[in-house]
Amino acid sequence: MRIVIIDYKMGNIASVSKAFASIGVPAVVSGEPKDIERATHLVLPGVGAFGDGMENLRKQGLIPLLRRKVLEDKTPFFGICLGMQLLAQTGTEFGEYEGLGWVRGSVIKLRGDKNLRLPHIGWNNISVNHQDVLFRNIVDDNFYFVHSYHIDCADAAVVSAMCTYGQTFAAALHQGNIFATQFHPEKSQAGGLRVLRNFLEQK
Amino acid sequence: MLKTRIIPCLLFNGFCLVKTIQFGRERTLGNPIQFARVYNSRNVDELIFIDITASQEKRDPVFHLIADIFNECFMPLAVGGGIHTMEHVDRLMRIGADKIIINSEAINNPAFITKIAGKYGSQSVVIAIDVKYDHNEHFVFYNRAEKNTGLKVVDWARQIEALGAGEIFLNSIDKDGTMRGYDLELIKKVVQAVSLPVIACGGAGTIQHVVDAVQKGKADAVSLASLFHFTGETPNRVKEALDRSGVPVRLVTN
Repeated sequence: MRIVIIDYKMGNIASVSKAFASIGVPAVVSGEPKDIERATHLVLPGVGAFGDGMENLRKQGLIPLLRRKVLEDKTPFFGICLGMQLLAQTGTEFGEYEGLGWVRGSVIKLRGDKNLRLPHIGWNNISVNHQDVLFRNIVDDNFYFVHSYHIDCADAAVVSAMCTYGQTFAAALHQGNIFATQFHPEKSQAGGLRVLRNFLEQK
Repeated sequence: MLKTRIIPCLLFNGFCLVKTIQFGRERTLGNPIQFARVYNSRNVDELIFIDITASQEKRDPVFHLIADIFNECFMPLAVGGGIHTMEHVDRLMRIGADKIIINSEAINNPAFITKIAGKYGSQSVVIAIDVKYDHNEHFVFYNRAEKNTGLKVVDWARQIEALGAGEIFLNSIDKDGTMRGYDLELIKKVVQAVSLPVIACGGAGTIQHVVDAVQKGKADAVSLASLFHFTGETPNRVKEALDRSGVPVRLVTN
């Protein structure tokens, strides 16, 4: 198993790396095509703005390589937070940007009544839509969220867990070999580590 | 439902962990890494670490110590104190900080807020606001409560929200370390003024004080130190009490 956490200068890499180390499966942190090429599992973390995230992936020349690894070779992929949002076709944070487009939908701001406090920060419970492999043996359904935007998926069948804050939104998705969570498993203590382990152990 | 967060606050004076009273007199507590380890084992919602003397002593943040603390934590960590440049921010984010807490630099150079938010997102910028009640008004102070900015807290809170801050860490200088309860008027005022999450800090001496900060003050999160340091109460006991009062919290079974 060779897990590569994609380093595209969008922060939060250390926590993800530490989380994998703590479940006994050290991951490589790299933005180098040669490392990504050899990966058996890819993780795209990320904190920051949608446009910057796409721009950095583009600048590092990673988009065609990731597309082949994930869409053609079917390498298991895990997107976290911004790494989930980038899967969408478009993002609308600070202007409209084109996303990776691997999942049909767009990234839009959370909506609620006028008293809704944003960003959505803290522990919130999710409801798992069906017995998704990612949420096997989860005892606590609270996970740590930090975001103002979410993916509005065109295809409801890919949404594997929902969360409610102002509105109901996709907390996790699963489409073939592509997994993603809007929450931060690396910051969600035991439950979060379980999710990462489930990702690695899925068949 | 989003849970009300209970956030232990660790204050560091360049040498060891301390607890202040009204931002002054310090009581020594010990090694911050040990405290971080204990809070991690208790699965607290989040942790705040502030180097209270770095800016005054013109020191850089204690990167090596913060890295060690980070290694003990599987919960979100917010770091503050002595952060004045983008290099400081970049290095702390690399180490693993989830949120950067800015205080004096936000006052001296408000554009700094926008710059960090632009690079790491609003959610990573927490503005610490230290407030003192003076002449019938809540004013924003800085430099360890020594200097009055002349800014009213509500005006400053609105201003930082517009500049791109993601959260407010609201400290009452008057109540700090007194264990006599939060400044509920202050909390209410700021919560009503902005739509950012507000973390209330300063004054918790009993569990009821915390319940009041949430139910009467409407704080989104509560930070505290003395109650955990000097009494037998734990984050979980506080949450059990909140739960009994009907406040949504994340109860942890260890």
